[in-house]
Amino acid sequence: MAKKVGDRTLEFSERINVISYGNVVGKFEGEGPLKSCFDIIVNDEYFGEKTYEKAETKMQQTALNSALQKGLLKISDLNLIASGDLLNQCISSSYSVRDNDVPFIGLYGACSTMALSVIVASMSVECGYSQYAAGVTSSHFCSAERQFRQPLEYGGQRTPSAQRTVTASAALIVGKKKTNITVKRIAIGSVIDFLVTDANNMGAAMAPAAVDTVVHYFNDTGTKPQDYDMILSGDLGAVGASIFRDMAAEKGYDMQNIYNDCGLMIFDNKKQDTHAGGSGCGCSGAVLTGYVLPRLASGELKNVLFMSTGALMSTTASQQGESIPAVAHLINFTGE
Amino acid sequence: MSINKSNYDEYVKKKTPNSPILKNCIKAFFVGGAICVIGQAITDLCIMLGAGMTEVKIITPIILIFLGSLLTGLGVYDKLGKHAGGGSIIPITGFANSIVSSAMEFKKEGYVMGVGAKMFTIAGPVIVYGVVASMIYGFIYWIVNIVF
Repeated sequence: MAKKVGDRTLEFSERINVISYGNVVGKFEGEGPLKSCFDIIVNDEYFGEKTYEKAETKMQQTALNSALQKGLLKISDLNLIASGDLLNQCISSSYSVRDNDVPFIGLYGACSTMALSVIVASMSVECGYSQYAAGVTSSHFCSAERQFRQPLEYGGQRTPSAQRTVTASAALIVGKKKTNITVKRIAIGSVIDFLVTDANNMGAAMAPAAVDTVVHYFNDTGTKPQDYDMILSGDLGAVGASIFRDMAAEKGYDMQNIYNDCGLMIFDNKKQDTHAGGSGCGCSGAVLTGYVLPRLASGELKNVLFMSTGALMSTTASQQGESIPAVAHLINFTGE
Repeated sequence: MSINKSNYDEYVKKKTPNSPILKNCIKAFFVGGAICVIGQAITDLCIMLGAGMTEVKIITPIILIFLGSLLTGLGVYDKLGKHAGGGSIIPITGFANSIVSSAMEFKKEGYVMGVGAKMFTIAGPVIVYGVVASMIYGFIYWIVNIVF
């Protein structure tokens, strides 16, 4: 059985391994600094479909297929697909698996979904429910804009703290079969609300949740930032990442050069004019499966903390003046 | 200073970069001004061609609305708006942009519940409060006329 460590962290007793992973990103992401990292770059924002929602669904299928191919697996080998996205009722996720006949758990964790889905998949392997389980997530700039913000062609201005939703989907398959990347520990975050109401400053809303989770994790495990090669937050962006550094340092954890944020890695904010950086479920998903895991596989990285962060508001709650609660889930990946 | 829930708002304000207001204002001034110049040019041209003032007041907005809509459809107006902000939102071309962009965006949901229902999501409030403001103005105008 897995062992609970402290009050938030779970350490897997058996090796839960990353079998394979896949991703697909949009054209704009494919022009960013990580362009060489992705499996598939799609130039058509509709991905050959009629709507952005269908495109996002197809992206999830494509990312999962890419992971299955790399792991030499068939869809029927999976015992569980845990996935989520940003659209109302998580339609990209449920629609993408409707022809699969594989048990499915739909998740909503906003942009924390990559870590959340991998946590659920890993737990299902550990407890014996699955031999192989997949964690999948996606976000699409166009489908998110139309649901959360303004029409694409509307000529409005955005603030410097605003982030751009990443068009990407990522899938990760875990199982007990031996590989050289292990899901060693996971930590589940609680919902933290520091009363930020500006929906254009989600990094600031999410940073306290990220600090809360990482501090709990360090306390639970007795480790410190210097024990890791890399500590990554999901999509705090420029403002959130800077707040994260400040707050963590105040709690006694100086992140130095070990820390980075997926939202800052995926775009070149100056060149691509992406203001504070990338956001969306696909942001941390694409960076994890495109950048981090290949480096763990090659041995360049050995011990990584990956923490996806989610802002849990809705347009209705925002319009009613509610603040933005946030959550962060953490995974400790180790390589050999 | 220890960062906590009660002082977080203040701390975030310090950490968050402000919009470059002066730069934005200058861009808005020139783009907004340019749109007005185009409007004036259309007006002068119509008068030169012999149109009366009543017709010109109809023709000029029609042409500007057409141009705003066309540039929205061609995917240019949002790029202009990104730089010009209020300079391209406030003129009548911006009003056209808000309606056309919504109509384009929600066409996938059908002509009734998509285009029809969503077309005025941005422009709707402008119309409502524009009408309310003109009612208030009319009322004040009426009172002033009676008193003086």
